[in-house]
Amino acid sequence: MNYRLELKNVSKSFGEVHALRNVDFQLGQNEVVGLLGDNGAGKSTMIKIITGYYQPTSGEILFNGQKVDDLTVPKARELGVETVYQERALAELQTLWRNIFLGRELVNRWGLMDINRMRAETHRLMTQSMGFTSGAVTPDSRVGTFSGGEKQGVAITRALFFDAEIIVLDEPTMGLSLKETEKLLHFVSDIKTAGKSAIFIDHNIFHVYSVSDRVVVIDRGKIAGEFFTKDITLNDLMDKMIHVAETGILEQE
Amino acid sequence: MSSQTETKTTETVSSYQPKFNLGRYIRRNGAQLGIFSVFVALWIFFIIMAPGTFLRPQIYNAFMATIPFFALMAMPLTMVIIAGEIDLSFPSIMAMGMISFMFTHSVTNSVWLAFLAALLTGVIIGWLNGIIVVKFGIPSLVATLGTQFFWRGAVLVLGQGRSGTLVYTRESLLHPLLVGKIGDSFPVQMLWLLLIAGLTWVLLNRHKFGAHIYLIGDNVKSAELMGINTGRTRILAFTFLGLVSAFAGVVASLQVTYFWPSLGEGYLMRTLAAVFLGGTSVFGGVGTLFGTFIGAFIIGAIEAATVAIGLTGFWTQLIYGFIIVLSVIMHTFLRKRME
Repeated sequence: MNYRLELKNVSKSFGEVHALRNVDFQLGQNEVVGLLGDNGAGKSTMIKIITGYYQPTSGEILFNGQKVDDLTVPKARELGVETVYQERALAELQTLWRNIFLGRELVNRWGLMDINRMRAETHRLMTQSMGFTSGAVTPDSRVGTFSGGEKQGVAITRALFFDAEIIVLDEPTMGLSLKETEKLLHFVSDIKTAGKSAIFIDHNIFHVYSVSDRVVVIDRGKIAGEFFTKDITLNDLMDKMIHVAETGILEQE
Repeated sequence: MSSQTETKTTETVSSYQPKFNLGRYIRRNGAQLGIFSVFVALWIFFIIMAPGTFLRPQIYNAFMATIPFFALMAMPLTMVIIAGEIDLSFPSIMAMGMISFMFTHSVTNSVWLAFLAALLTGVIIGWLNGIIVVKFGIPSLVATLGTQFFWRGAVLVLGQGRSGTLVYTRESLLHPLLVGKIGDSFPVQMLWLLLIAGLTWVLLNRHKFGAHIYLIGDNVKSAELMGINTGRTRILAFTFLGLVSAFAGVVASLQVTYFWPSLGEGYLMRTLAAVFLGGTSVFGGVGTLFGTFIGAFIIGAIEAATVAIGLTGFWTQLIYGFIIVLSVIMHTFLRKRME
């Protein structure tokens, strides 16, 4: 069986700093994998390698069993990787439609931007997916005026609009209210129903546990271990995480 | 959810027609409306104070003959500033383009080849500015402060500080094509300004390139995460400004059929002023070409108007400064209201 995504022996260093060492990671079809680890453990570096933002210092990246060299952001997108970044990667002074189509604007046959179509698509997505109901927001509203939850909605909608196979969520609940968080977790479960795969990163172990099929623990740039959530209770997982943080050793049965 | 995960880009969607809302329109276009009001107010003031000058067509023909020299460059400069960068070297590019012009003409005796050489020089210097800023990561303010001196120095060294006549260009079609008159009064350079302004407008507002310029100026990190080649976009913006600066240098020199090695030196401040007067933010991400266009005409009119009103030329700079500071305060205020 081919994994949808596989990292083989991937390392990444920034000068003297080894952010990732010999990481092996697999993401199956129709699977949600949670990534857990302390600040600076290497979660974000790993994500940025998967999305093509960083190139690994060594190791291989495979999509559906095919090795991909020189992965870039546009290439990863072509392969179906969509990311909701921790920073949300929005341009706050720009309009909503510009943010939705950021970096892949629709063009007409003259090579010019098809603004009407982008506005219309944005308008449709606003009601269907972003949950804007008030008339105050239009496709021409500036994203900087939105609330944290609304901004996250924009970032998620953007990831979904383009045919994503693998959805990467990097700390998506940061700055969200309880209600917004609940909506987001529902959304992650829906990804699986839709036949897609997802990588979910969050500081909050409850969130990760509740939506993931499998949890991968990363510590000091290395994969410390992994658990299927059906095989472990939340309490046991928490105990193990505390132990890893203190000793760097993950006990695995 | 499954329906949303499929690409809908190819599907036709019912076109979206927002209801027109005057309050919203004013809020969104506050900067342009603001500077346009300043423009109209000044104009009315000038007409009242000096009706003999401002109710006759001659003054407008004079404006349209001289304002394009720096307004041309203000267009691509607006783009560079929206991208969060700045360029101080364009006045030197004007002069350096003319050095290439005269050298090529002296070798080939062809005005057209000379013109091409000038434009090519602008492209190369602009591109180099971009490379220094992007590849070496030098802030553009410092980088172009340096190249501004370097290319002015190159002009002086290569030309030995000499000025030179360009009367020979009058025999070529290039002269009327760039600085001729239509119907004995309408200056052709005004049409070039409209053409370059239109072209820049399409690039900035209807092309991906322009969308990326705004995104880079707004949040360069987001632009990078979304896969935009931020380096190439910025290099292209500097290159385009280099090209137009060399073009403006040829236009300004052919107008007087003479080359001075100090060509362009008076244009640095007023070109920047036109851009900022027009509401482009020095922090990037915000700005319009319409604003710059109006800003250029305000800057260009003040000098003549000061004299026409009966004040001495000594007042010009004081009035410049006053209007610039006032307008920039207005823009900052409007921007806060918008948010």
